[in-house]
Amino acid sequence: MTAVQSLGDTRDVGSTASGGGAVETHPVRRRRRRRLTGATFIPWLFLLPAVLIFLVFKFIPMAEGIRLSLFEVRPFLGDIFVGFKNYATILQDEKFLTASWHTLVLAGGQTVGAMVIGFFLALLLEGHTKSLWFVRSAVFLPVVAATAVIGEIWRLFFYPAPEGFLNELISWVGLGPWEYIHSTDTSLVSVMFVGIWKHAPYDMVLILAGLAGIDRQQYEAAAIDGASTPQRIWNVTLPALRPVITILLTLAAIRGLRVFTEVYVLTGGGPAGSTDVWMTRVYTTAFEQSEAGLASAGSVLLFLVTLVLTVSVQWYRRRKEAR
Amino acid sequence: MSVNSSRFDSAIGWSTRPDAWGSKAIRFLFSALAVILFCGPLLVIFSGAFDHNPDPTKLSVIPDNPSLINFQVAAENKIWHYLMNSLVIAGGALLLQLSVSVFAAYALARKKFRGQAIALLVILATMMLPEEVIAIPLSLVIGDLPLVHVSLRGTLLGVILPLGAWGFSIFVMTEFMKEIPSELEEAAKVDGAGELRLFAQIILPLCKPALGVIAVFGFNMIWEQYLLPLIVAADPSDYTLTVALLALRSDDQVGTGIVLAGALLALVPSLVVYLSLQKSFLRGITTGAIKG
Repeated sequence: MTAVQSLGDTRDVGSTASGGGAVETHPVRRRRRRRLTGATFIPWLFLLPAVLIFLVFKFIPMAEGIRLSLFEVRPFLGDIFVGFKNYATILQDEKFLTASWHTLVLAGGQTVGAMVIGFFLALLLEGHTKSLWFVRSAVFLPVVAATAVIGEIWRLFFYPAPEGFLNELISWVGLGPWEYIHSTDTSLVSVMFVGIWKHAPYDMVLILAGLAGIDRQQYEAAAIDGASTPQRIWNVTLPALRPVITILLTLAAIRGLRVFTEVYVLTGGGPAGSTDVWMTRVYTTAFEQSEAGLASAGSVLLFLVTLVLTVSVQWYRRRKEAR
Repeated sequence: MSVNSSRFDSAIGWSTRPDAWGSKAIRFLFSALAVILFCGPLLVIFSGAFDHNPDPTKLSVIPDNPSLINFQVAAENKIWHYLMNSLVIAGGALLLQLSVSVFAAYALARKKFRGQAIALLVILATMMLPEEVIAIPLSLVIGDLPLVHVSLRGTLLGVILPLGAWGFSIFVMTEFMKEIPSELEEAAKVDGAGELRLFAQIILPLCKPALGVIAVFGFNMIWEQYLLPLIVAADPSDYTLTVALLALRSDDQVGTGIVLAGALLALVPSLVVYLSLQKSFLRGITTGAIKG
């Protein structure tokens, strides 16, 4: 989904993209006989590796997951068909309900937080000079670092004793000491903070691309009309960024629903389940409690929510564009 | 968008006049703050990895007591073995992913054939099925491949193969290949070039910029994998470096410095790839390269 949605003016795919050569021309007539036999066969031959890998590692597991979700899975004893009982169990399970609440809070908070920080970073770092380019590259580094690596370093920063790294820092301004991921009160916010830190520079790059596409004359016009800087940002910049922001928000929200690594590495869902999200719950159910049927039902539910969300966003955007 | 001296070279209206010291100072201050905030933590990994100091409360940007001992201890904990796992997986999966994407994109972008719409739909559908959603049944499939009944559990191939095709990079490649003028192809055909030669000698060399984009995104996606190596592993020696970090940390005998040495080794390849293919990366993001 949404893979190649070009962001309007920001497209710039290499040198060959220019020129209007993308028009399909008709095949040379004398090749016609070969097309009849090979026209279908050869393209599928090129597609074969992709289709094969997708079939074995995506579609068969998906089908298998749906099947398992309807069974009580008992290794070596034979599975028992239970219909929708697994779904009912999960939807009534208190831990899953808590986890779904945590997931929504985390996904929402990270998405909005990263967007706001990314927006301010973009405003700060917009420009063509070499030094700005350097700063942008440096700020972007958290995006490329693996989540597991980031988790390790932030765990150390979150050391709960007063002499811990962050506690030392915030004590300079008279705050703390806090317990961060080690207390049920602050653990979810701490995980959210790390997520915002990792994703904000990504949003920054997209917002920068959006900023570059804004007509400078609109700014001039607003300035002539006597608009202050905040007014200009609010009335000119933000409306122009709306397409970028919509894409970012929906994608990040959808991605946020299946958050796993960040939580697993930072807290493992703890302390006392205070950061347990949907996927860590599914993982625990499957691999620690060996309830493959229940866990599959959990995965299918996650898939359905993601699907509904994606389709409705697409539908909404189509409808808006049509108007 | 051109570089001119307009006041509105940026949305906020940062002054570009050489005498605008106030504006420059504010911008410099905030930029410095941003760099410290976003790079500082990564610098601490560097310094901590080379610091012979097991105390997790004494982190700094410059090592107090520089030493390589962390890496020696990490080596005893098989860190190089984990790094090797990670590198083999990254290399193998990336090579596979690039070839698969290029082949598929060639068919989708340069051919018209029966079932094309279905093929597109199938690939689109895979982007709705990330590893997280299918993790549990996938671990069963990897333990017993359909039809051939081979188990990939505990093998590097078990991680490589599922990563071998990625809808995102197929789409990026397809979009790019569509832009290549078909006159080139026609001319080669008149010269009697066969399908494979056409592909390898005409189309592929023109796709270098897009290859850079999908290579850097592919590497990033593969290096970021966590759940997949975790469920494929039969025992801890099958872990990738990123997964092994957690096991390393849970070991009471292992101090902070050793974990950071491992974290550093896991960080450096991503930095190298990013810094060497940075232009491709940023271009990928802004052409709509949003991880689905």
